[in-house]
Amino acid sequence: MDNKRAIELEIIANRIRKDALTAVYSASAGHPGGSLSIADVLAVLYFEVMNVDPKNPKDPDRDRFVLSKGHAAPALYGVLAERGYFPVEDMPTFRKIGSYLQGHPDMKGVPGVDMSTGSLGQGVCAANGMALAAKIDKKDYRVYTILGDGELEEGQVWEAAMYAPHYKLDNLTAFVDFNGLQIDGDIKEVMSPLPIDKKFEAFGWNVMVVDAHDIIKLYEAICAAKTVKEKPTMIILKSIKGKGVSFMENNPAWHGSAPNEEQYNQAIAELDAQIKELEVQLNG
Amino acid sequence: MGKVATREAYGLALAEFGDTYDFVVLDADLSKSTKTDTFKKKFPERFFNTGIAEANMMSTAAGLAACGKTVFASSFAMFAAGRAFEQIRNSICYPKLNVKIGATHAGISVGEDGATHQCLEDIALMRSLPNMTIINPADATEAVCAVEAALKIDGPVYLRFGRLAVPEMFERANYKFELGKGVELKDGKDVTIVATGLMVPEALEAQKILSEKGISARVINIHTIKPIDRDILVKAAKETGAIVTAEEHNVIGGLGSAVAEVLCEECPVPMRRVGTQDVFGQSGKPAPLLEMYGLTAANIAKQAEEVIKLKK
Repeated sequence: MDNKRAIELEIIANRIRKDALTAVYSASAGHPGGSLSIADVLAVLYFEVMNVDPKNPKDPDRDRFVLSKGHAAPALYGVLAERGYFPVEDMPTFRKIGSYLQGHPDMKGVPGVDMSTGSLGQGVCAANGMALAAKIDKKDYRVYTILGDGELEEGQVWEAAMYAPHYKLDNLTAFVDFNGLQIDGDIKEVMSPLPIDKKFEAFGWNVMVVDAHDIIKLYEAICAAKTVKEKPTMIILKSIKGKGVSFMENNPAWHGSAPNEEQYNQAIAELDAQIKELEVQLNG
Repeated sequence: MGKVATREAYGLALAEFGDTYDFVVLDADLSKSTKTDTFKKKFPERFFNTGIAEANMMSTAAGLAACGKTVFASSFAMFAAGRAFEQIRNSICYPKLNVKIGATHAGISVGEDGATHQCLEDIALMRSLPNMTIINPADATEAVCAVEAALKIDGPVYLRFGRLAVPEMFERANYKFELGKGVELKDGKDVTIVATGLMVPEALEAQKILSEKGISARVINIHTIKPIDRDILVKAAKETGAIVTAEEHNVIGGLGSAVAEVLCEECPVPMRRVGTQDVFGQSGKPAPLLEMYGLTAANIAKQAEEVIKLKK
């Protein structure tokens, strides 16, 4: 991937961040911190890597994505809207009565959502099932899933961690959004899942660690995972919770609370400034 | 009349329908007990053991179903409906995915394993889930029919099977199974016994006991607990004026509750519920356990006589 494309994707990631914040602000509820931290990887997946077609969201041969950390729905809806699955203008209906943009991803209601998630630990297992389905049907689609680092505390995750290497699900690429924070605070203090890399290695996964906000490195890691045979890949994303908004970064208070009007305006202004700067780089 | 456990019929049905229907089977290290190994032997490439990890099994089943697979996920009722309840709710029922839960070893007739393995709450749990269909077959023929009925509908189904060999009541060649329809096995005018699962033969026996006392009892077999056949229940309430339900399940939340819900709304009549009375079971041989917890023809007959006294 060249630098120009990386900047384009970075701009898209910031648009996803804006969409996510607009959703959470409009709803006065939602999870901004963990949405902002995965915007870059979502931009790379949906705009560069995954074989998907917004006009045919149920194509049986498409790549699948499961947001195991379903509370980051604002970011998923943001990337789907930017990719053209539904109008960006619908983002403010998030979490409102009658809206298809439910608080957590609903595969029946939201075009492009491949699995209903929200209860932590279950999405990664569903992703296993999807990867197994591809193997059974001898199809070459790939399955991607993002877990939270706090989510690793769910026992079911480790059932899935055992399962995927056992069935040699090399068509599965999982990510952990390793931002180090969960609702109650630092993951090391609440219930440490560390060391994440060694645990997954011990379970038989191909493990990589990348900077979650370096588009080119993300892309390279995802491409490298595709070449690994007989093993699923776990890409640990060293990320910043609240990435892109100065006062939200690394602050667990923004795990599950919405900005007020002033905070929202400031956040949008910061993201707009970053987009403008990136556009200057792109055109200059 | 021979005896066959409904779990045996389940395994045979999976193996039989594997020829004509495209589905996969998951099990959590209990395939020899749930009898899914009968399917595994015939279709090893369509069988996947998840190990002792029921939560993962249910969510994996959901993922398979989300990619178009029809999936049977099997374990003991306790660990399917109980341990993996929330996975069934959020990963399977909420998105209405095509997963059939083959839950064996339901009820107190599990026997020697004792209270930890005698699931008496699964119907209550599964009944509370939107999009869920529940079938509790009474014998081997109904069990086979239940599997085929589950295959024919798109969406989650909870299939409840037992460990204990139970009387073969129906002949497959001429048995017409209709999902969601109760079956009137005996007509009667004084009282109606509404039974499910292994309590159906007990209900028929109770009918004979009552008949000898000059009481005419109607017997209805409810294999589909959800959606329940409201019409047959309301008709029975109107025509016989008293109801006794019989199930191998806690009286809270099971068939008795389902029947009471319908009748309270549409045609209230005196009722008695035969089932375990909000207690845990214990280890023992199945027959004495069923006796001890009142899951017998004699108790159904006794409750019928009592409920008739309450008729206006």
